[in-house]
Order: sequence, then structure tokens, then C-alpha cells
Amino acid sequence: MRKLTLLERERIFACSLISPCFLFVAVFAFYPIIYSFYLSLHRIIIGLPGLGEKFIWFQNYYELFHDPVARHALGNTLIFVFSSTFCELVFGLIIALVINRHFRGRGLVRAAVLIPWAIPTVIASQMWRFIFNDKYGLVNFVLFGNNVGEYQAWLADPFFAFLAVVVADVWKTSSFAALLILAGMQTIPEELYEAAQIDGANAWRRFTGITLPLIRPALLIALLFRTMDAFRVFDLVYVMTQGGPADSTNVLQYYGYKKMFAEGLMGYGSTLSMLAFLITLIIAMFYLGIIGKGLIRAGVQNETMRGKPGR
Amino acid sequence: MKKICFFITTATVVFLSLLPFFWFVSTSLKTELEVTAIPPILIPAGSLAFYRSSIERYDLLHFLKNSLIVAGSTTFLTVSLALLAGYALARLRIRWRGLIMGGLLAVSMFPQISISGPVWKILQAWGWLNTYQGLILPYVTLTLPLGVWIIAAFFQELPADLEDAAKIDGCGHFQTLFRIILPLAVPGVFTAAILIFIYAWNEFFFALLIMTQKGYQTLPVGIALFQGQYTLPWGEIAAASTIATLPLVFLVALFQKRIVRGLSAGAVKG
Repeated sequence: MRKLTLLERERIFACSLISPCFLFVAVFAFYPIIYSFYLSLHRIIIGLPGLGEKFIWFQNYYELFHDPVARHALGNTLIFVFSSTFCELVFGLIIALVINRHFRGRGLVRAAVLIPWAIPTVIASQMWRFIFNDKYGLVNFVLFGNNVGEYQAWLADPFFAFLAVVVADVWKTSSFAALLILAGMQTIPEELYEAAQIDGANAWRRFTGITLPLIRPALLIALLFRTMDAFRVFDLVYVMTQGGPADSTNVLQYYGYKKMFAEGLMGYGSTLSMLAFLITLIIAMFYLGIIGKGLIRAGVQNETMRGKPGR
Repeated sequence: MKKICFFITTATVVFLSLLPFFWFVSTSLKTELEVTAIPPILIPAGSLAFYRSSIERYDLLHFLKNSLIVAGSTTFLTVSLALLAGYALARLRIRWRGLIMGGLLAVSMFPQISISGPVWKILQAWGWLNTYQGLILPYVTLTLPLGVWIIAAFFQELPADLEDAAKIDGCGHFQTLFRIILPLAVPGVFTAAILIFIYAWNEFFFALLIMTQKGYQTLPVGIALFQGQYTLPWGEIAAASTIATLPLVFLVALFQKRIVRGLSAGAVKG
């Protein structure tokens, strides 16, 4: 047998190092996607295993197309994604501006800002559910004080229930957006600001002229991550509203969960899975089309600066 | 003027970030009468009754134990696997590096619903619903992307001459990895471990599907399903939430710098 070259030995070693990782991802992520598609072409009811798994072509997809609740849930999801992501980027930017400054106690402020991110979403949901509570809630107390007669049942109102879920999500995840934006801000060289100051640019001009354009890649990445994450909102809805009232907070992942596991319609639920998967795929492609080029350029620069061959 | 403006913004940000948490801590320290007072009482007299009843009547310690087992094992497994893969992807010549890193990123972005049915069916076929390993394996899969990205980003920052020196000294690949590189990777591994632990501690969707029996449920599932006889037991929910959150508050307070760096490394450097 031919002796392996150094390069070949290194490649084999590298492959053996990533193989356990690959195994996990293959079994519990990629295979399930394909399996989901298979399931979506069948009629499967968990509670009635006697029915078997009947192949029904695209009938589930036909049903999906004519399911008003599914359409409603999709609409809710998209509105949720847009409104929460937009607010998160705005607040994230404000928070990033605050924690990027040098001042005494910055570590404490950073830790405080990270607390919402670290709190389990289920617990954050319970907190906000309690804050919006019709009798003991803080919102009612702040708005109406001792005027108990005015207290509102916010989560029983379709519009306010939706708003409450958005508020809770924005509270929970703005700090994550802030961290991504902060990472972008920290790459801006201080000299740029000093030069602008000498040229007489005021703080607002420096912000719009230097900070904003230079954090654009970071903003886009934050947007990508937040969009993908907001798209799979589940915990907040499950705990705060159970999709109600009148399906006003029913979102795709919650509806899919209900169909699949509460009603046991594994086949039809898988159709919803595929829908969610395809939409995220399209969104991801769209963003990566915008970000990708910039990222690759930055990556190439990094490599050349480091001067390492073969990467 | 500018300073005052900045101070007010900072104070508002901090206040709003902490308010819901403090409100729950305050609720957890109330008595039954104080919780149901209308309008709400802001400062409680200070009672531990709800902590006691959340432990005695709602099995809080049981959920805590399950969460520790699941999050702890997930962290250990993911970090071990991510360490090997991260090293290979960052420091060795390997084919399809971009594709592998991109594929991992894609995994971290799947909506859970798109894989939940099959994952459930696989686990059911193996008889692993309502077992620890049944939850740990999906968690390892879902946290691997984060772990690999952070650890790979960390490895890339180590100087290149290390392996060369080791090779000259006659170390093989394995020896180089285990004797030279791993000891240097400790800070990166630690950062990844914190983030993975927080993820596994907080995850709800898969825990809800897989752990349907009370004896195996983790804290998020337990707390989401707290139900009193007639009304919601807000005091107990608040007490359990406080206990479930305290470890995270400590982690954040102690390792704030690492978390900030780790999250941005995983996301931006790639």
C-alpha cells in the first residue's frame, strides 16, 4: 500500500474529529427534516396507531392551503416577526450605545442588561403574564393606580394580548441584539471619531456619519438572528396566551405543536413543519444574499492579514 | 447636559431590564394575602412561605434536579464534541470547511417545529421518551453549532507556531491536540460551556414534547405547567422562577465579559 502523504493524514485526522459531531447533526437535525417531508405525505394520527401510515400524496398540503387558522397563524407570525424584530433592533442599538461607553460601573450595567437574555423564556413569560394580570398586574396599577374599577384584562383582548407578547419578546431579546451590535461598534477605530470631532462634527453627525454605516454588517447579522428566532416564537405564546383569545396570538410553531401533539395529527402537523422550514429557508437565503458577500470579503481580509495558507 | 442625558438613558435601560425580575422576586417574598391584594403591594413584608410550598407542594426540587442533570450532561457532551470539531475546523486542513460551518449555522436556525415530529418518533421508537438521554441527545445536537462556532473562533486566535513547534518536537496529531492545544483552549471552552448550559437550562419546546411525565420534567416545563386548584398560584410560580433564575443571575454577574465576547464571537467572527 502507498504511504499516505502528510496532507492526507491530516485530512483523515480532521474528519475523524468532526465525525461524532456530524453524527449528531445528521441523526437529530438533517434526517428529521427529510422525515418530516415523508410524514407530511401521509395520514398519521398518534392516538390511533391502528390506522397505520397511509400515503395520501399532497392531500395534507391541499388542506393546509384551505385552512383559515393556518393562514391566520402565518399572518400573526409574520406581523410578530416584523414588529418585534424592528423594536429589538432599535432598543438593541440604544443599549449598545450605552454599554459601549466607558464609565464607572459599566460592568454592572452590562450584567443588568444581560439578565433578560439569561432568564428562561418560560419564566419571562410568566413574569409578563403576571405584569399584565387583570387584578394583580403592574400595568393596571401604573395606569390606573387605586382606581380598581378601571383595571383591564389585557390578555383577554385580542389586540393587547398580541401586543403583550411582543413587549415580552422585545424585553427578553433586545439585549442579545445589543451584544451583536456592540461587537460591530467595537471594531470602529477611535481615531475616526477624533478626526470627525476636529472637523467640527457634532454627536448626531458622528452617529449618522460614522457609527451607523460602519455597524451595518453587525445590524444585518442581528436582524438575521432575531428574525429567525422570532419566527419560532413558542414559549411566550404557550405560557402567556395559549394562542388566544380567538387565535389572535396563534403563531405557526404553536399551531404546529397543537396539531401535532395536542390533537395528534402527525401527518398534517408535518405539513406545517415543512411550511415553517421553507419560509425560514427563504428568509435565510434572502439575508445571506445581502450579508454573504460582505462576510466573505471580511473573511478573506482576515485570512490575508493573518497570512495563513490553505484556509 | 450631555452627561445627564446619558445618565438618564442608562438608568432607564437598567431599570426596565431589571423591573420584571425584581417584581417577581418581590412577589415570591409576599404572603398569600399580599399577593392577592388589589391594588398590588410593591414592597412585601418578607415571608418564605411560597418557597416552602413550592418545594413541598409543587416538587420544585425534583424539577431542579432534572434540570441540573439534563443541562449538566448536555454541556459536558457538547463541549467535548465541539472541542474536537472546532479544533479540526479551525486549525487543520479540511475539505468543505465553509459548507460544514454553514450547515451547522443552518441547524441553529431551524424552527424546532420542523424537526419535532420525527425527533419525537425516533425517540418513541427507541423507547427514550421520558428519559434523560431522550432530551440530552436533541439538546446536544441543537447546542453543537454554538459550541463549535465559539470554540473554532477561539482556536483561530491562538498563534500558528504552536503546532509547528510540537511537530518539530516529534508530537503526532493526537499528542499535539491533547497535550499542547487542549490546555490552551480552557478559556474558550469555559465560555462555550456557560452559553450551552444557559441554553439547555432554558429550553422549553423539546422538554415539553419529550418529558410528559412529571418525574422527568425540567424547570421550564414545571414552571409553565404550575396550576393551582382554582386560581394560578402566583406566589409559588414567582418563588420557583426566582430559584430557577438565580444560578443564571450569578453566571451573568460573574462572567459578563466572557458571555459578551462569546456571543459576539459565535455570531460575528464567522
